[in-house]
Amino acid sequence: MTTMYKKKDFVSDQEVRWCPGCGDYAILSCMQNALTKTGTKKEDIVCVSGIGCSSRFPYYLDTYGYHTIHGRAPAVATGIKLANPNLDVWVITGDGDGLSIGGNHTLHAMRRNVDLNIILFNNEIYGLTKGQFSPTSDKGVKTKTSPFGSIDNPLIPAQFALGSACTFIARTVDKDPKSITDLMLLSHAHKGTSFLEVLQNCVIFNDKTHDEFTLRQNRAARTVTVEDGKPLIFGAENEKGIVLDRLDLKVVTLGQGFEEKDLLVYDTSSKVLANMLIEAHKKDEENFPLALGVLYQDKESIPYNELMKGQAEQVKKRLPEANMDKLLQSGDTWEIK
Amino acid sequence: MKTQETLESVVIRFCGDSGDGMQLTGTQFSNTSAIMGNDISTFPDFPSEIRAPQGTIAGVSGFQVHIGSSDTNTPGDESDMLVAMNPAALKSNLNSLKLGGAIILNSDEFNEANLAKAGYTVDPLKDHTLDSYKVIKAPIGTLTLSALEEVDLSKKEKERCKNFYTLGMTYYYYNRKTDQTLKWIEDKFGKKPEIMKANQLALKAGYNYAETTEEIVISYSVPSAKIEPGTYRQMSGNVSTAWGLMQAAESANLPLFLGSYPITPATDILHELSKFKHMNVTTFQAEDEIAGICSAIGASIAGSLAVTTSSGPGIALKTEAIGLAIMYETPLIIINVQRGGPSTGLPTKTEQSDLNQALIGRNGEAPLIVLAASRPNDCYEMAYEAARLTLEHMTPVMLLTDGYIANGSEPWKIPKSTDFEKINHRKPSESDLKTDITFMTRNEHSLARTWITPGMDGKVHRMGGLEKDFVTGNISAEPINHQKMCELRAQKVQKVADNIPLQVVEGEATGDLLVVSWGGTYGATRMAVRQLQKDGRSVSLMHLKYLNPMPKNVSDILAGFKKIIVPELNLGQLAPILRSRYGVKTIQYNKVQGQPFKIEELVNRFKEEL
Ligand SMILES: Cc1ncc(C[n+]2csc(CCOP(=O)(O)OP(=O)(O)O)c2C)c(N)n1
Ligand code: SF4
Repeated sequence: MTTMYKKKDFVSDQEVRWCPGCGDYAILSCMQNALTKTGTKKEDIVCVSGIGCSSRFPYYLDTYGYHTIHGRAPAVATGIKLANPNLDVWVITGDGDGLSIGGNHTLHAMRRNVDLNIILFNNEIYGLTKGQFSPTSDKGVKTKTSPFGSIDNPLIPAQFALGSACTFIARTVDKDPKSITDLMLLSHAHKGTSFLEVLQNCVIFNDKTHDEFTLRQNRAARTVTVEDGKPLIFGAENEKGIVLDRLDLKVVTLGQGFEEKDLLVYDTSSKVLANMLIEAHKKDEENFPLALGVLYQDKESIPYNELMKGQAEQVKKRLPEANMDKLLQSGDTWEIK
Repeated sequence: MKTQETLESVVIRFCGDSGDGMQLTGTQFSNTSAIMGNDISTFPDFPSEIRAPQGTIAGVSGFQVHIGSSDTNTPGDESDMLVAMNPAALKSNLNSLKLGGAIILNSDEFNEANLAKAGYTVDPLKDHTLDSYKVIKAPIGTLTLSALEEVDLSKKEKERCKNFYTLGMTYYYYNRKTDQTLKWIEDKFGKKPEIMKANQLALKAGYNYAETTEEIVISYSVPSAKIEPGTYRQMSGNVSTAWGLMQAAESANLPLFLGSYPITPATDILHELSKFKHMNVTTFQAEDEIAGICSAIGASIAGSLAVTTSSGPGIALKTEAIGLAIMYETPLIIINVQRGGPSTGLPTKTEQSDLNQALIGRNGEAPLIVLAASRPNDCYEMAYEAARLTLEHMTPVMLLTDGYIANGSEPWKIPKSTDFEKINHRKPSESDLKTDITFMTRNEHSLARTWITPGMDGKVHRMGGLEKDFVTGNISAEPINHQKMCELRAQKVQKVADNIPLQVVEGEATGDLLVVSWGGTYGATRMAVRQLQKDGRSVSLMHLKYLNPMPKNVSDILAGFKKIIVPELNLGQLAPILRSRYGVKTIQYNKVQGQPFKIEELVNRFKEEL
């Protein structure tokens, strides 16, 4: 039996303290909506975060919530899920939290494939510490710690996730609530680690960074939403498409020597395709759209927590039932009279 | 006709190249002796390099075993016999041998190349280096090969049996029975019959050789000790810790969760617990120490008895997360198997220098319950205690052990699980959940909050490392509240003093000299104090196992003595605490050499103060 919740059931009594206009609000609201649709009892939902503006999130959601330490939320969440696999565990993290200090833990949670839903708020800046560049910031960006321009190469979260063997990788923008909610539900339905990156606007320290891709008026022309079995088509009039050109992807205009049937059909089970989209965008950001939607999913994935449980059950079948007294008396013992 | 003599106790040190199998040889010798009714204490001493160049001093691996016909509390100071499988082993261990002691050496290995590798310019067999010892030279490699002529194995495989040949020799020398080891070989190599046969033959051949050779004219026996009747087993400190945790989980009726990352000398706890999936034990080998402790905190939040294990450098990494667990007020056991420091220090050598780290090594006012085990067997009880206190008081506990007791082993009278009381944790029952309790509802005596875990109906709440309001548990940066919460966390730890046994003094309750020790130095301090007490000196021992808080009567005990001496394997960490906490004068006796105290060192130093 599923419980019927209304959005307000997931609103906690805490005052939300993000800056007015922060992209975090939209994500919170989508989450409160999404949770009314998963059918999970709110006592079985746990929201775990690290440190950062985004990591204040659990306080605002009326479920069990744990604000941990900088970068370590995936590790705490792993412990929660392994101790009680019955729980629905969500991890909220930022680009600094999850990819800088916590990069190691994010990587390992993904490659283990613990059944966690990770949502990374990417504002390409450290918000809480007031505006330093982050591992996703563009090269050359001027911030308080890079007054002459950052010389760091940026990391692309989705590509990091691919390299970390994540079994569900999706991307969306804070200005598309429907897509956020839908992708949260798909994340939830996925068995194994799901990684959802949301391009989020920090009005204070990195305002408008993502506008090129997130504003409604730009989205059609500058992004392509991928879907399993559908051709890669985009543009305000659906006039553009993506084709395979030798070992590269190329943007073409329909009607100019290309028809819809010539376009590449997306396959979410292909890591190669996901990576090609990322690489093509990286190479020619001006002309190649940013891919949104579920970029990759391994639908057969078996989560770590299930493997762990399965192994324990196997061992229980193989080894005789034991308790401390039996264990203490086992093996090499001797009697002194 | 050979003669036989009886000894009260004997210390043997088996030394060879790390590939020579000396740990196994030593373990077999001690197991056999335990079964023959001796009291035993063992201490493996191995290099931190896995495979240092063969034949060099860096590659020498040793195993010391002390067997006695009376209470044997330490692996012994100096050895009565040294088994040296090569020149490097002889060179690096000769100083641990008593003058007049015996050396069994493998003369095959005493060639020019090996002597040079060990740094000998003159062959010690040819000058006067060994004049004051009984030297038993045997070409052990050659003898082993000829004993195994009939066996269908390669030369290399046969050579590997030389440790059993050597063991056979020591079995004859000290009148040990071979049956236990023969049986062990059978169990271990039963699936490889040729190897089993070869090892068994080598053991018997070594025994027979020792019986016939003219080099050995006398043999010894060590009668069984007066040991309390019961069923016994040999336990190392790390296994004892692991099993103690399992005992606690059973007594608390909770699943056990260990989140850990390998590090010497703590790893064996992880190895051991990994075997018990069928007993509701979950082990998680994390990507690093931080993830290890964080996963344990997660498991604790979700209602398991959670543990993380490590050693100094790893504990340093866990520090921030320990603070989080203190803020969460959630149960967590942190085990620190101390080794030489700072930094990577001496990974395989023992030390007691993490007491400061345990007591004060965190940011903010972050009090921790700190316990220390005193000997290999005691790890079982102290692991149970750590669990009991963390679950009853809802705040993390650090248990200190060290490389010496973690790797050392001794016979242990097997308890019954019912000897350990049920542990009552703070999870609410179904009916409690129907009341208006919250996660901040506290026990009025211990001040411990209620352990509400995800999944419990009607009790959802949020918390984090940020300060929480005393009443609601919501985030609060209110000044007075923060002070109140800091005081509360400190009081909670202080209240533990009501829930631990009073301190015992070994010896008179007042007198001239009080020796105050803690942790793994117990065996040596106890033997030293007993020796002086036998001589009629006014000296007593107070060995601390509860370091924070300390038992309530410690202050009174300290007041009863003219002088207080604190021997520690560090530069003085407990001594200043006693001075500042109790306003007493303390004399320090410190050793930081990566080696345990010798009884004799302690006796001499204590005498100076008497
Ligand atoms: C161990 C530790 N180091 C540094 C900090 C300071 N700190 C807090 S949040 C943060 C960066 C957060 O950036 P991001 O994850 O991008 O989150 P945002 O605030 O932008 O949402 C840093 C450096 C800390 N709290 N703990
Ligand atoms: S600083 Fe930026 S990220 Fe943080 S709350 Fe304000 S707008 Fe949001």
